[in-house]
Amino acid sequence: MEASNQSARPVVLRTEHLCIQFGGLRAVDDVNLEIYEGELYGLIGPNGAGKTTVFNLLTGVYKPTSGRFFLCDKNLTGKSPIEVNRAGIARTFQNIRLFNNLTVLENVMVGLSNQIPCNVVESVLRLPRHKKSEAEYQKRAMELLEIFNLAEYKDYLAANLPYGKQRKLEIARAMATGPKLLLLDEPAAGMNPNETQELMDDITFIRKQFGITILLIEHDMRLVSGICERVTVLNFGTALASGKTSDVLNHPEVVKAYLGE
Amino acid sequence: MNVLSAIINGLSAGGTYAMIALGYTMVYGIAKMLNFAHGDIIMVGGYAMFVTLLLCRQPLLALAVAVVFCVLIGILIERLAYKPLRGASSLAVLITAIGMSYLLQSLAQVIFKSAPKPMTALQIGGMLTFGSFSVAYSTLITLAATVIVMVTLSLFIKYSKTGRAMIAVSEDKGAALLMGINVNKIIAITFAIGSALAALAGYFMLAKAPSLSNTLGAMPGIKAFTAAVIGGIGSIPGAMLGGILLGVVESMCNSVPVIAPYTDAIEFSILILILLVKPSGILGKMRREKV
Amino acid sequence: MRTKNFLKNYANYVAVALFLIIAVVMSLTGMAKMNDLLLFEKIAIAAVLAVSLSMVVGFLGELSLGHAGFMCVGAFLGGKLASLLAPKLGGESSIPVLVISLLVGGLVAALFGFIIGLPALRLRGDYLAIVTLAFGEIVRAVIMNLPSGLFGGTLGLKTPRFDKKTLFIFAFLVLLACLAVTQNLIKSKHGRAITSIRDNEIAARAMGIDITKYKLLVFTISSFFAGMAGVLYSYTMSSVNSANFDYNYSIEILVMVVLGGMGSINGSLIAAALITFIRNILQLKLEGDLAVLQDLLFAVILIVVVIYRNAPSLKNFREKYNIKALWAASKKKKADKGKKEA
Repeated sequence: MEASNQSARPVVLRTEHLCIQFGGLRAVDDVNLEIYEGELYGLIGPNGAGKTTVFNLLTGVYKPTSGRFFLCDKNLTGKSPIEVNRAGIARTFQNIRLFNNLTVLENVMVGLSNQIPCNVVESVLRLPRHKKSEAEYQKRAMELLEIFNLAEYKDYLAANLPYGKQRKLEIARAMATGPKLLLLDEPAAGMNPNETQELMDDITFIRKQFGITILLIEHDMRLVSGICERVTVLNFGTALASGKTSDVLNHPEVVKAYLGE
Repeated sequence: MNVLSAIINGLSAGGTYAMIALGYTMVYGIAKMLNFAHGDIIMVGGYAMFVTLLLCRQPLLALAVAVVFCVLIGILIERLAYKPLRGASSLAVLITAIGMSYLLQSLAQVIFKSAPKPMTALQIGGMLTFGSFSVAYSTLITLAATVIVMVTLSLFIKYSKTGRAMIAVSEDKGAALLMGINVNKIIAITFAIGSALAALAGYFMLAKAPSLSNTLGAMPGIKAFTAAVIGGIGSIPGAMLGGILLGVVESMCNSVPVIAPYTDAIEFSILILILLVKPSGILGKMRREKV
Repeated sequence: MRTKNFLKNYANYVAVALFLIIAVVMSLTGMAKMNDLLLFEKIAIAAVLAVSLSMVVGFLGELSLGHAGFMCVGAFLGGKLASLLAPKLGGESSIPVLVISLLVGGLVAALFGFIIGLPALRLRGDYLAIVTLAFGEIVRAVIMNLPSGLFGGTLGLKTPRFDKKTLFIFAFLVLLACLAVTQNLIKSKHGRAITSIRDNEIAARAMGIDITKYKLLVFTISSFFAGMAGVLYSYTMSSVNSANFDYNYSIEILVMVVLGGMGSINGSLIAAALITFIRNILQLKLEGDLAVLQDLLFAVILIVVVIYRNAPSLKNFREKYNIKALWAASKKKKADKGKKEA
C-alpha cells in the first residue's frame, strides 16, 4: 500500500549511474537516487564517502565523468552552477559561505536576485521598476528572515552573526532562490543540541510551508533518524544501502561501514 | 650567426630573469603572496654595491655586501609589512607589497637623487671571438652563474632539511606547523634566498649595462614575474624555464629592428595568452578551491 | 527621517555641486588664479578615476593595475578625434567636439575594458592584477611606437587645449555622471550581486548570480569613465605623451581608492580630492629630488593604512577603536545621561 502511494508522487530528483573520477580515484561511483516531491531525504556515510562530491555534482560545481541527473525530468547534467540554481536546485555549504560583508538582509536579497527582475539600465536610471522591485526585495527578504527568526538581526553583517544563526541564514538565502530541491550540507555541524532542535523545527516548518523537497547530508544520527524519511548510505563513493531510515540504519553493512568490523 | 648570438644573449638575459623569477616563485609558493617589491630589491642591492664601491673598488666585495644587505632588507620587509597580514585577504597583501615597492623606489631617490649612477667598476669587458662570431665575457659569466645557482638551489631544495621543510610549507602551512616546522623561519629563509638571488641578478645586470637608478628593478621585476607565471608560479624549474624562454624571446625580438620597439608589448601579450590558455603556466599545478 | 535619507543618498552630489558652484563663482569673479583652475580640473579628473576604479577594486574585489591604460586609450583616441574635429567645428574650445570626444574616448576605453574583463572571468587576484598591468603597458608601448602620424609617436600627440575658465565645469559634470552611475549601480540588486561576488564567488554562483555578466559590466563601466577622464586629461594638455600613463599612474589611482576605504564611493571621492590637493601644494613647496618625498609619504601611509585595516591580529583593536564604535559609544553615553536625568 505504502509503496504504491510513494510511486504516485512525482519524482523531483533522479540520478542515473552518476560517476566522477579524479585521477585514478572514483569519488562517486554509480549513484542512483530517486527523490519524490516533498520528501526529506538523507545522504549519510563515513567521512570521505563522497557525499559532498555528490552535492557538487548536483549543483554543477563538478561535471560527472558519466551518468546523468534530472530535476523534475529536466536533464541538468553538465549545466553550470548558475543554470542549475536557476533550474531550481539551491544548496548550503559544509564550511559556511556567506557574503560576510553584506548584511543579513542583503544576503537574502542576493538569493532573491533571479526572482524579482529589474535590469541594469532600469537600476542605473532609477526607473519606476527599480523602486518597485527594491520594495519587493525588502518585503520578501524580511518574510524569509522572519521564518528563520533572523529578522532582528537584519542589519548585522553576516560575519558578525553567531555560528548557529549563520547556518540558518545560509538556508534562508538558499530558500530565497526559489528552489524545488534544497540541498543541505551538514546543516547541524557545530551546533549544540538546542540549536539542532531549533534547526529541525525550522526544516520541518519550511517543508510544510513551501512543500519543498530536501536532500541533506548529516552526521548527526539523531537528526537523520528524527526527520529523514528515507536515506542512502554512501561508502567509498558507492551506495551501500537505500530505503526507509529505520531499516537502513539497522542494515548490517551500514553498521559495519560506520563502526568497522 | 646573428640568430646564434641572439640566442646566446637571450640565454644570458634569461638567466638574470630566471634568478629574479626564482624569488617570486619561491615566495609565491611558500608565503602565497605576490611580492611586488621583489624587483626593487635588485635596486637596493645596486645601491649597496654603489656605496661599497665608493669605499673600496672591489666588485666582488661589493657583490657580497649587496647580497648580505638585500637578505637583511628582504627579511625586514617580510617581518614589518607582510607578516602582520598573514591570513588577511590577498588583495590587502598585494596592495601592501605595491606600497613597499613604491616606498623603496622613492626612498632610494630621496637618498641618492634621481641622476643615474655610473657603475663602470662592475663592468666586465672583453669579447670571446671565434672567427666572425663573438660573445661578451659578461654574457658567458652570467650564463655560468645561472647554471651554478640553479643546480645548487635545486639540490638544496631537494636534499637539505630546510629545503624539504620549504616544500612542506608550500603544500600545507597548517600541517607543516603541526609537524613541528617553524613556518616563520622557513618564510624568512625564503625571502632571504629570493633577496640574495635578486642582488646577484642586479650585479649581472649592472655588469652589462652599468647605469644605476631607482627604477633599475621595476621593469626587470615585472618581466621576471611574467617569466615565473609563464613557467608556472610556485614551480622552481618553471621559473628557470620561464626566465630563459622570456630572455630568448626578448633577445630575438630585439634583434629584428621592425619588431624591436614592440618587444615589451610582445612579452606581455605572451603572458596574457599563457594565463588565458593555461593559467597554471607550463610546469605549474592548478589548484582548485575546495567547495 | 526623510531629509535624513535624502542627505544619506545625495550628500555627495550636493557636496560636488556646491564645490562646483563655488569654483564657478571664484572663476567668474577672478578670485581663482590660473593655478586654482588647473587644480579644479585635476581634482575632478582624479575623482572620476578613483570612483570608477573603486567599482572594480572596492566592490567587485578585483585588483586592476591598468586603470591608467584605459585612461591612455581615452586620452589618445579622444584627443586624436578632438584634434581632427576642432579646427572644423569651432576651434579648441568647441563644446560639441568635447562632448563627442568624451563619448568616443569613453566608448573605446569601455570596449577595451570589456576585453580585459574576459580574462577576469578565469583569473583571480594576483594573476588578474598582473594581466591588467600588462595590458596597460602594452597599450602604452603600442601607442608610443605606432607611426608618428597616428598618435604622435614618442613626441606625444598634440591635442586641443580647452578654455581653462570652463573646462573644469565639464570635468565636474563628468564626475557627477560617474558618481550617479556608480552609486545607482552599487545601491541596487546589481550592486548587491557584485559585492556578493567579491565576498564569496562560489556562493554567488550557487545563488545563480551571473558572474560573467557582472564582471564584464563592472570592467566595462569602470573603463568607460577612465576613458572619459583620459579625454578630459588630453584637453588639459597641449600634448599628451603615453609615458605619462605607466603603471605608476595606475598605482597612484589605486592609492586613492585604498586610502579612501575600499568599498566606499565617498571615501574614494574625498581621498582623490584631498590627495590631489596635497600633492599640488607639496609640488610647489618641494623642488627637484625632494619632490619624491611626497611619494615616500604616500607609500608609508598606504602600507600603514592597509596593515591597520587588514591585519588579523589587530581585529579586536579595530573593532574597539574606530570612528563608528566611538561615535556609537558617545551617543549611548549621552542617551544614558538623558535617561538618568529624566
